[in-house]
Amino acid sequence: MAPSAVFWLLLGGLYFFIPLLTTFLFSLKSNQTGKCCTAANYSWVIHNGEFWHTLKISFLLALETIVISLAIFVPTIYWVHLKVPKLRPVLAFLALIPFVVPPIVMVVGLLKFYQGSPNWFYAQPWGFLAGAYVILAFPYMYFSLDAGFRSIDVHTLTEASQSLGARWTTTLFKVILPNIRAAALAGSFLALAIVMGEYTIANLSAFHTFPIFIQYVNETQGFPAGALTLMSFGITWAAMGSLLLVGRKRGTRAAVVAGAR
Amino acid sequence: MRSGRRRLSFAWIATLPFFAYTILFLFLPAASVLIGAFQNDKSGYSLSNIRTLFHHPYIDAYEGSIKLSLVTAAIGGIAGLFIAYAALREGTPKWIRSTLTTFSGVAANFGGIPLAFAFIASLGPLGVLTLFFKNQLHFDITAHGFSLFSMTGIGLAYMYFQLPLMILVIAPAIDGVRKEWREASANLGASQFQFWRYVGIPVLMPSILGAIILLFGNAFAAYATAYGINSGANLITIFIGAYYSGNVLNNPHLAQAMAFGMFVVLAVMMIVYIPLQRRAARWAK
Repeated sequence: MAPSAVFWLLLGGLYFFIPLLTTFLFSLKSNQTGKCCTAANYSWVIHNGEFWHTLKISFLLALETIVISLAIFVPTIYWVHLKVPKLRPVLAFLALIPFVVPPIVMVVGLLKFYQGSPNWFYAQPWGFLAGAYVILAFPYMYFSLDAGFRSIDVHTLTEASQSLGARWTTTLFKVILPNIRAAALAGSFLALAIVMGEYTIANLSAFHTFPIFIQYVNETQGFPAGALTLMSFGITWAAMGSLLLVGRKRGTRAAVVAGAR
Repeated sequence: MRSGRRRLSFAWIATLPFFAYTILFLFLPAASVLIGAFQNDKSGYSLSNIRTLFHHPYIDAYEGSIKLSLVTAAIGGIAGLFIAYAALREGTPKWIRSTLTTFSGVAANFGGIPLAFAFIASLGPLGVLTLFFKNQLHFDITAHGFSLFSMTGIGLAYMYFQLPLMILVIAPAIDGVRKEWREASANLGASQFQFWRYVGIPVLMPSILGAIILLFGNAFAAYATAYGINSGANLITIFIGAYYSGNVLNNPHLAQAMAFGMFVVLAVMMIVYIPLQRRAARWAK
């Protein structure tokens, strides 16, 4: 290996690991004395009711986002691939819009537009917040699913299924869906990573999700926040690890950059 | 054929929820920002809020955001390019490449509040690195002008997602620089430097610029990371956030105008990005 290659890779590696290592060391310090080493911060987190409560809310929100996204995007992308390929650039263009409209701009618009809408929607994370998260997940879901659909022969599969007498719903659920399972999973894991880390929209619309809890601990507790930060990093690892695992199969070169900045 | 047509007319309904959804949750809210930015309190139309954006402190917040995004995009872009090239070039073992992609994927997705705290735990006033420098190396970084809460500090944290994003975006382009080109130029007597100066860099340039623009937008849109480090940072996203979390919501149209201003900056960015993207695609395999 060239010396310059070693230098740059070392630099990148250090930048990746040092903040994690220091956060780990930080999380081992006692919240009372500031001295090393104790696991008390981790036990504080695990015995905190609010931790489990907000974690559950964020996780259920992620599941809801995934279910709605798949229900909306799979039939649409299937149909566009099958019948109106001309619409594909239109969808790809639409999928770029959430990049130009960042979450902070989106939430300003959503708050204005849905102001005064019924409470079951506006005041519930399952309504307002999930609605916004489906849009956040849209580009990642779209690019994953589109790659999945491109890797299969939609026409042949559909014709074969129909010539055997299957209805559209049967074709979609029993023939198409199993074939794009890896792509759908990849998009789902990205959506999971986004929702579990999303702070901007939740904060501005005053919902208490997991990242809001982390920030609350950051401001009030110091050392236990280190433990929480590492746990949150673990969630990102788990989501990305699963993504790579399903990505080994063909047709899942998904967009891997999600994130809640 | 006729029966096929009839099926078609029913099945396109499957795409309706999608378009209805994007209209309800993307276009109409975006339009309401657009309209709200040009309204005043008495629900009449006016340019007063847009005009306010060009004055202190709002214009400074845009400037702060743009500067921070430009600097982190340029440094992250160039360093990311070198790291990606180091992993992809000949002589580097194959496993490094897949490891780098995995780690970049994780790091690019690790942002927001947890990232902010990871940097507070490292370089904050009580951070592990800060104390290590002070106690072990007798070097007080705060006494030497460093503060994590400054723009430099926030920029260092942004680099944690800027670098891996650059690596992920530019790696396919670097792969596109073909071995044959290098062999051909070597056969014609070109040195390593001459190859990059006259072939490699010119071919990669649209991809590099496109990637850096993407990094710019990435940093420009960021809110949670900066907020977690310094909730009073002079950034436009922090300003918008303060309007909603604080108690200063006397003029919501100003917040909408600020959001509109961000949208304009990012739209200009996209207008530069798309032609570069087309040009970069020319050399793709």
